Amino acid sequence: MVTRIMNWFDDRLPLTATIERHLTKYPAPINMNIWYLAGVLLVVVLVIQLASGIWLLMNYEATAEGAFASIQYIMRDVEYGYIIRYMHTTGASAFFALIYLHMFRGMMYGSYQKPRELLWVLGWLTYVLLCALGFTGYVLPWGQMSFWAAQVILSLVGSIPVFGEELLTWIRGDYLISGITLNRLFAFHVVLLPLALIAVVFVHILALHEVGSNNPDGVDVKKFKDEDGVPLDTKPFFPYDVMHDLYAIGVFLIFFVTIMFFYPDGGGYVIEYVNYEAADNLKTPEHIVPSWYYTPFYAMLRAVTFPLFGLSAKFLGFVVMAAGIAIFVALPWLDRSPVKSIKYKGIYSKFFLALFVVSFFVLGYLGSVTSTPGRTLAAQIFTVTYFAYFFLMPFYSKYEKCKPVPDRVSLS
Amino acid sequence: MQPKSPPNPGRRKFLIGATSAVGAVGIAGAAVPFISAFNPSAAAEAAGAPAVADISKLAPGEMIIVEWRGTPIYVVKHSEESINEIDKNLERLADPNSDTEVQPSYAKNKYRSRKPGISVLSAVCTHLGCAPKYYPQLGVVDFDSEWQGGFFCPCHGSKFDLAGRVYAGVPAPDNLTVPPHYFKSDDVLIIGEDGDLA
Repeated sequence: MVTRIMNWFDDRLPLTATIERHLTKYPAPINMNIWYLAGVLLVVVLVIQLASGIWLLMNYEATAEGAFASIQYIMRDVEYGYIIRYMHTTGASAFFALIYLHMFRGMMYGSYQKPRELLWVLGWLTYVLLCALGFTGYVLPWGQMSFWAAQVILSLVGSIPVFGEELLTWIRGDYLISGITLNRLFAFHVVLLPLALIAVVFVHILALHEVGSNNPDGVDVKKFKDEDGVPLDTKPFFPYDVMHDLYAIGVFLIFFVTIMFFYPDGGGYVIEYVNYEAADNLKTPEHIVPSWYYTPFYAMLRAVTFPLFGLSAKFLGFVVMAAGIAIFVALPWLDRSPVKSIKYKGIYSKFFLALFVVSFFVLGYLGSVTSTPGRTLAAQIFTVTYFAYFFLMPFYSKYEKCKPVPDRVSLS
Repeated sequence: MQPKSPPNPGRRKFLIGATSAVGAVGIAGAAVPFISAFNPSAAAEAAGAPAVADISKLAPGEMIIVEWRGTPIYVVKHSEESINEIDKNLERLADPNSDTEVQPSYAKNKYRSRKPGISVLSAVCTHLGCAPKYYPQLGVVDFDSEWQGGFFCPCHGSKFDLAGRVYAGVPAPDNLTVPPHYFKSDDVLIIGEDGDLA
């Protein structure tokens, strides 16, 4: 019976072939470790965000007059509305935490190297889309931080020489941040950007299944195959990986719901307290701080305090900040190392990767506190070390001494 | 089997070119409403009426906030002391003579005001648009040890003096903008119009 149903489908749709290609016969390296969970968990969070987002949409009002009140309505009057909203805000933070881990995994094990360059570029694109989603979503509650975040971030466009001001007016649709701006950011957040994100994630996974997963040793598992052509150091994704992923999802959800139920504000990091105040276009909050997941780039923006080559400090800050996000896409072409994994790379690669991590965290801290001359200097120094990881990579990755890479994966 | 090449390759090429060109023109035309709809609507354009402020109750050293076109405008009445010491920090300012055109010609002077002693400044930081905070006190403050009074932007630490002139070495590139304004009488300030320029 089941066979007959499957046959009926297979004559009309490549159903069995798709299941085999992506699940039961997808070869996953046997030495994948805990870092490889982030990807699966990102898909889980994507589903959480879509579900909670659609439900929020049912009660949210996208007008300057009604937005703030409609959030209060969701929080107080809609049954379980507060859970749905906290699910969405916690999901936003989880999304970024996981994508940073996921990106770091790729940097550590050289997952961006040939033949996975396009896979990396697609992944970077999902990160950029996520940043745009985070920003547009942040504006929707129309609290003080929503309003002034929109003011600051959109003003960056106005710093572009020559046509910046006209472009800014065009983007805002008004001469100031207003309900008109809110409406268009709303359209982006609930339709355009999620559609694009789902499409890019889909292609990202297709590309992954074309080139195959990398592994902590960075060795090509397809080199040694058994007599059926199955790579020796792999196991089928289903059921083996799916089963332990389910366990990991369970553990992840314990943390997720703990924040969602008991610490929905996350100490002011998941939901910033200033945003409990309705937007006031005449009063800037004492401290403007972006969400924690943007703070490293915000610190870079503030670090540029001097004009250069006839360009204003404001525009240069914008350029440096954008470059901090954009530079990741160049990694496959910056890395000249003959080996993939950090395990076998030389001492310089290890040093610069560690320096990058330190810079990222220090900038993240500096971006979350008010600026003083000392902190500005620190931000300038760590902006330089952040970019040193990328711009010096063609040299240190080429001339350092690497360890020999084994033929097969190691399980130690 | 290779398909036979078309009998008239030149004609094919021309037809493909012409079709693509017409298609591109069509797409460009279809893009017009999508791009134009992003511009400020007629209603948004009409919302820029002048603002009226009563400054009769403004005491020296005090500031009021007036809303004009949805943005805050600071109206400050300077104390005798701050008028006298307006040039004390001159060497720390980036554009002390207001050479950058962010004020009407009648405010291009030492006090950057139409009427000495009363500053009318757009409270939109020339960096990224936050509203700088008013710190009239002199001396030591959190962010400066020789403060001469003025405005401090909480977002990125830009500093301006009481005339709205920007300090050097801060993120903001320009002095605070002076919006068009005039004094209808001693007590009534109109923001948004130049009034009689004579």
